[in-house]
Amino acid sequence: MDLNTIWFVLIAVLFAGFFMLEGFDYGVGMLLPFLGKTDEERRLIINAIGPFWDGNEVWMLTAGGAMFAAFAQWYATLFSGFYIALLLMLLALILRGVSFEYRSKNEDPSWRNAWDWAIFIGSFLPALLWGVAVANIIRGVPIDEHMNFVGTFWGLLNPFALLGGVMFVAVFLFHGAVYLTLKTGDPVMSRAQATAQKMWIVALVLVVLFVVYAFASTGLYASGAAYLPTLIAAVALILAGVFLKKGRTGWAFAMTAVTIIFVTFTAFAGLYPNVLPSTLDPAYNLTIYNASASQYTLKIMTIVALIFTPLVLIYQGWTYYTFRQRLTLEHEMEY
Amino acid sequence: MDALFLARLQFAIVTVYHWFFVPLTLGMSILLALMETQYVRSGDETYKRMVKFFGTLFLINFAIGVATGIVQEFQFGMNWSQYSRFVGDIFGVPLAIEALLAFFMESTFLGVWIFGWDRLSKKAHLATIWLVALGSNLSALWILIANSWMQEPVGYKLENGRAVMTDFLAVATNPSIRYQYPHVFFSGISTAGFFVMAVAAWHLLRKKSHSELFSKALRWGLVYGLVGTVLVTTAGHFQGQHMVETQPMKMAAAEALWDTEQPAAFSLFTIGDMKNRKDVFAIKIPGLLSFLSCNNFHCEVKGINDLQAEYEQKYGPGNYVPNAMLAYWNFRFMVGAGTLMLFLALYGVWLMYQKKDFRLHHKFLLLTVWALFLPYLANATGWLFTELARQPWVVFGLMKTEEGVSNTVPASWVMLSLVTYTLLYAILIVADVYLLLKYARKDPDEESEQPESPAPSLVGVA
Repeated sequence: MDLNTIWFVLIAVLFAGFFMLEGFDYGVGMLLPFLGKTDEERRLIINAIGPFWDGNEVWMLTAGGAMFAAFAQWYATLFSGFYIALLLMLLALILRGVSFEYRSKNEDPSWRNAWDWAIFIGSFLPALLWGVAVANIIRGVPIDEHMNFVGTFWGLLNPFALLGGVMFVAVFLFHGAVYLTLKTGDPVMSRAQATAQKMWIVALVLVVLFVVYAFASTGLYASGAAYLPTLIAAVALILAGVFLKKGRTGWAFAMTAVTIIFVTFTAFAGLYPNVLPSTLDPAYNLTIYNASASQYTLKIMTIVALIFTPLVLIYQGWTYYTFRQRLTLEHEMEY
Repeated sequence: MDALFLARLQFAIVTVYHWFFVPLTLGMSILLALMETQYVRSGDETYKRMVKFFGTLFLINFAIGVATGIVQEFQFGMNWSQYSRFVGDIFGVPLAIEALLAFFMESTFLGVWIFGWDRLSKKAHLATIWLVALGSNLSALWILIANSWMQEPVGYKLENGRAVMTDFLAVATNPSIRYQYPHVFFSGISTAGFFVMAVAAWHLLRKKSHSELFSKALRWGLVYGLVGTVLVTTAGHFQGQHMVETQPMKMAAAEALWDTEQPAAFSLFTIGDMKNRKDVFAIKIPGLLSFLSCNNFHCEVKGINDLQAEYEQKYGPGNYVPNAMLAYWNFRFMVGAGTLMLFLALYGVWLMYQKKDFRLHHKFLLLTVWALFLPYLANATGWLFTELARQPWVVFGLMKTEEGVSNTVPASWVMLSLVTYTLLYAILIVADVYLLLKYARKDPDEESEQPESPAPSLVGVA
């Protein structure tokens, strides 16, 4: 495997980790106003992701930084091209990050209610827009011979991309609902469980629709590499619902995690060796070769990643172990 | 207004805003770690209450710092895609390392620190705040390594119109970072010192209970603030001398030094004619600029006009003069604020050394409360100076700012993002200041919400 491929895989892993971890954060954030009927219940829901959400968000920043370092042309074309979508996402993420910390620091009910909706919007918009972005990357966007994006914002809101966005929202809602079923006590737990069961069907339908649409209208399955990850994601998604029905919530959560990881791998496997296909001319595709940094930079980055990624996995794993306890309304809340 | 101007304005606004929050995070994380260390070693509950009290303020501040940091990483691609294409091979590397090595550590262990008081042993909990402090300060190091490359490009070659890294160690140990990092590191220490001093002084002015906690906090803040201020000014001095060598135009603009002088006089106050590049009115101290630049009173310091001629020879025709008025005044506000901080901290430590009771020194306490504005002024003007006075370059000597802007992003998009960021940031700072004031005024012992005791008058001796 050459360094370019290694970095393509590493970025796929970073995005898979990001979607899997922030996925339940986003899901929990979207469910907050609906599953939390009282202030105490809402605090419980926020505290259930309290120790983790910030560390999870770093996965996105690391993925972004890695794109910049390893594939600067991809980073530059994508970020300047998806400008308005990213702007909306950034505004949402800024609002969301502050909300968790500020919400419970003031007693006023209207203050708390406002920040709760900020958490909702701050979780919904990024979930939707990441889905739109990933679907557009799979589908390809208008890129000219100078690697410049020449499309419009409205062009990015095509039916396939919107379906991708809605699918992401549904899958994250399912993932987040399962997480809350696992991590909270009643009455939030039983509400979360009921929601999870409904969201399972919705997520399943949308994933099937997306796969069919992608098969029919994009090059995702052209190389054949995307079949296996799609199969794994589909099996995991079905099993997640089965485990949930049997009350094996831990296993259900593991399966939603596997689903999200392999949905991400499906996208990357289907793209390879492209990173951003051009709809104007395949010759203008950004690939892991024409968009990449020098071999020297890739080598340096590989050494850094090999040392520090395992370390991050170990200490983040430790935090999940430390706060493995199920939260109930009797616990003291920090947020 | 064109996209270039708007993108520059946006960069200035979001970066300076971000930098309102970061230095406090950098310095306060270490100070909290020191306080908690004292608590674990002595078992004195006063220190635990001190950590919890200042920890809450730290977290209110931290939230906006982190949230606005996301924009920083994204805007290079969004507004400066041509710059990103040109420097990606080099510039992206420290950013990625920052996320992987430092930001993960900072964010993950901060979560554990907040939620882990009852779930970890005292020592393990202490370790988490030290890791937060290490993570945030390492994070600053890697961001500054990236910025240093814009100030002083090293370890690269040009290939197909792009900068390509040839020596990672040279990039990571850039001469510029050796001056820039200490300067920024100690600015964080002094900001945190003055923050703690101001809050503690406010409480001591109230003459209420808890004077023990806040007397202690004031002394901690004073020592920390003094160490920070002495070292930030020292580091700044050497950084200035390094810049005379590497970016002489920046320092000439800082001094409004139009023509080369030997020996060079230091301007205390200049009103300049920027168009004709000459003084209208100036008060100067002879020889001092020579001394500041090269440690003797006789050396030559190059002026703007000669440097412009030199750069035209080297880089071709063009205007290589930054906005001297902005450079001059930002530099003076930074240095002026730093000098005032130095005097105040020295005076406070002197009072402390004399074993005076601070509560009897109302004027000192009042000054200390108001002095909280000084580090913020110095931090903002310092960055404005160093970035503005590097113009017209985005990467010194290699790429002009106008060449770095995104070529496919219309001005209307940049305008939209500029307006929406500014609006959101304005709302957030209102919430931030509201919560900071609310929690800074709290009595550290009162767990429940109590009506706040009357505030001391901050305009006269109470």
